[in-house]
Amino acid sequence: MTTLFTIDDLHVSYGKVEAVHGISLELDAGRIVSVIGPNGAGKSTLLSAAIGLLPSRGRIMFDGSDISGLGVEDRVERGLCLVPETRELFGEMSVLDNLLLGAFSKRPNKAKRQALLDHVYKRFPRLAERRHQHADTLSGGERQMLALGRALMSEPRLLMLDEPSLGLAPLIVQEILSIVTSLRADGVSILLVEQNALAALESSDYGYVLESGEVALHGDSQALKSDERVFESYLGGV
Amino acid sequence: MTWDIALILSVDGLAGAAIYLLAGLGLVLVFSVTRVIFVPFGDIAVFSALTLAYLEAQRFPPTIGLVAVLAGLTVAKEVVTLIRRGQFRELPRAVLGWGILPMVPCLPAFLLAGRELPALVAIGLALILVVPIVPLLARLVFHPISHASTLVLLIAALVLHFLLSGLGLLFFGPEGFRTQPFLNGMVELLPGFRVSLQVLLMVGTSLALAALFFLAFERTLVGKALRATAVNRVGAQLVGIRPATTATLTYTVVSLLAGFVGILIAPSTTMYYDSGLIIGLKAFVAAIIGGLSSYPLTALGAIAVGMLESFASFWNGAMKDVIVFSLLIPALLVRSHFSNHSDDGSDEEEV
Ligand SMILES: Nc1ncnc2c1ncn2[C@@H]1O[C@H](COP(=O)(O)OP(=O)(O)OP(=O)(O)O)[C@@H](O)[C@H]1O
Ligand SMILES: [Mg+2]
Repeated sequence: MTTLFTIDDLHVSYGKVEAVHGISLELDAGRIVSVIGPNGAGKSTLLSAAIGLLPSRGRIMFDGSDISGLGVEDRVERGLCLVPETRELFGEMSVLDNLLLGAFSKRPNKAKRQALLDHVYKRFPRLAERRHQHADTLSGGERQMLALGRALMSEPRLLMLDEPSLGLAPLIVQEILSIVTSLRADGVSILLVEQNALAALESSDYGYVLESGEVALHGDSQALKSDERVFESYLGGV
Repeated sequence: MTWDIALILSVDGLAGAAIYLLAGLGLVLVFSVTRVIFVPFGDIAVFSALTLAYLEAQRFPPTIGLVAVLAGLTVAKEVVTLIRRGQFRELPRAVLGWGILPMVPCLPAFLLAGRELPALVAIGLALILVVPIVPLLARLVFHPISHASTLVLLIAALVLHFLLSGLGLLFFGPEGFRTQPFLNGMVELLPGFRVSLQVLLMVGTSLALAALFFLAFERTLVGKALRATAVNRVGAQLVGIRPATTATLTYTVVSLLAGFVGILIAPSTTMYYDSGLIIGLKAFVAAIIGGLSSYPLTALGAIAVGMLESFASFWNGAMKDVIVFSLLIPALLVRSHFSNHSDDGSDEEEV
């Protein structure tokens, strides 16, 4: 199995305050890797730095080349994609426009664009029904679907998801996570940040546990799930 | 006031509205994409008007020199930045994009200036000569401070306006110019009510350009990318839209709009190097009516400004600008009344 994405000794600061203190992480092609940890552990910070929204120190490798010096748009063009915690949808634009812009970095031709749209609409029929509605009038769950759909429009090679189940009803959480696992079958590698540790470990191959900006533990998801320390800290209440 | 006079004033008002429509759309576009209140809009319009006047007088337009100087400065800045960052592979692209491409319009202008030209050719030359000016200026002035606050950007825009009207004086001199009308004669719209063809052409051109502008925004992917940048900058970056590229594209469109404004206005108003500010400010009133974000409301604002200006000049010529600018007060009151009820906390809204 080839390594697709490597983060090596990454430091990220907000002004003078360092929030991520030397995190290293590895992701094999075609795998789902989950990152779990308590609030404020630095999970979102890690993803923002990985896509280039935040400046960072350390090395980020993607598909064999160093991308640390690249801007967000260049990383997106190479096939990285982030669905951030805040979603960052285009609120005053239609669902359809949001999706079309999702494919912006690919500049697809008309046929390809339609194929991508059909693919997303098949996964999220709700989006097809709402395609002329403004994104900021969608329900919370529909917004998550749109965020995921917009990301899929760029056919990412590495999809980074920051709490895709945030604020969703349990049934939809299951649906979203099963979609995430089904993406793996399409050859998408996924870095999954989740509050819901048990669900994250169940849908991933490998897991990292962050604590105060450092990796506290990592290992196969199955092993982590039965690890006493993880169980006590995160799964105890579940 | 009789109906005849009211009709004549309305037509004058529409002619003014046509100008403020284009300028207002330009101001809203720049602000929504880059957060810059583009005060120098009128100065660029003056450059295109004066360029056309020079071409008509069979003189060599100094705009060529202006574009060359700006392109030289921009290339120098880009090259130094790239070398400092060690990005040598980007050098040819920067030289091509910022040095050679903006100079392309200078070549036909250089070859054709000084002869007797058909009106359309002269207009075309004046337009393409003005197009590179704003993108170059913006790359020099606004790009390095694109993350600064709206206030800093506004101050930079003000400074740029004074700089440009100074350059206008330097390059074009203090005399005023008026260009040839494209169409002479009148048509009878209503029995006994005649309108000059020139005014109809002005309104028609402005409407056609505005329609094109809307279509481009609603229908093309690039237009959508500009809107997306205005709606959500981070979201735009996350789908791979480059803010620097959108900004350059925006400034190019605005340069073209300003070029059209200058050319449409020049046959009916004598243009001096410093005539730009007042045009820009009145368009700004229209843009404020549109909340610096809504194109349809800006269009309505342009009509309001044009009409008010025309009727005010009939009632009291000396006070006409005061009357137009006092339109800001009700506009802002209505705006703040509505924005109090929305929970939109984006900083653009609070300016
Ligand atoms: N914009 C910011 N400015 C300053 N500090 C910040 C900023 N954003 C986050 N932080 C700090 O960085 C640390 C990590 O935050 P981060 O959002 O990455 O945590 P997280 O693991 O995603 O938490 P959660 O599970 O609540 O989303 C926190 O201590 C937070 O207070
Ligand atoms: Mg977070």
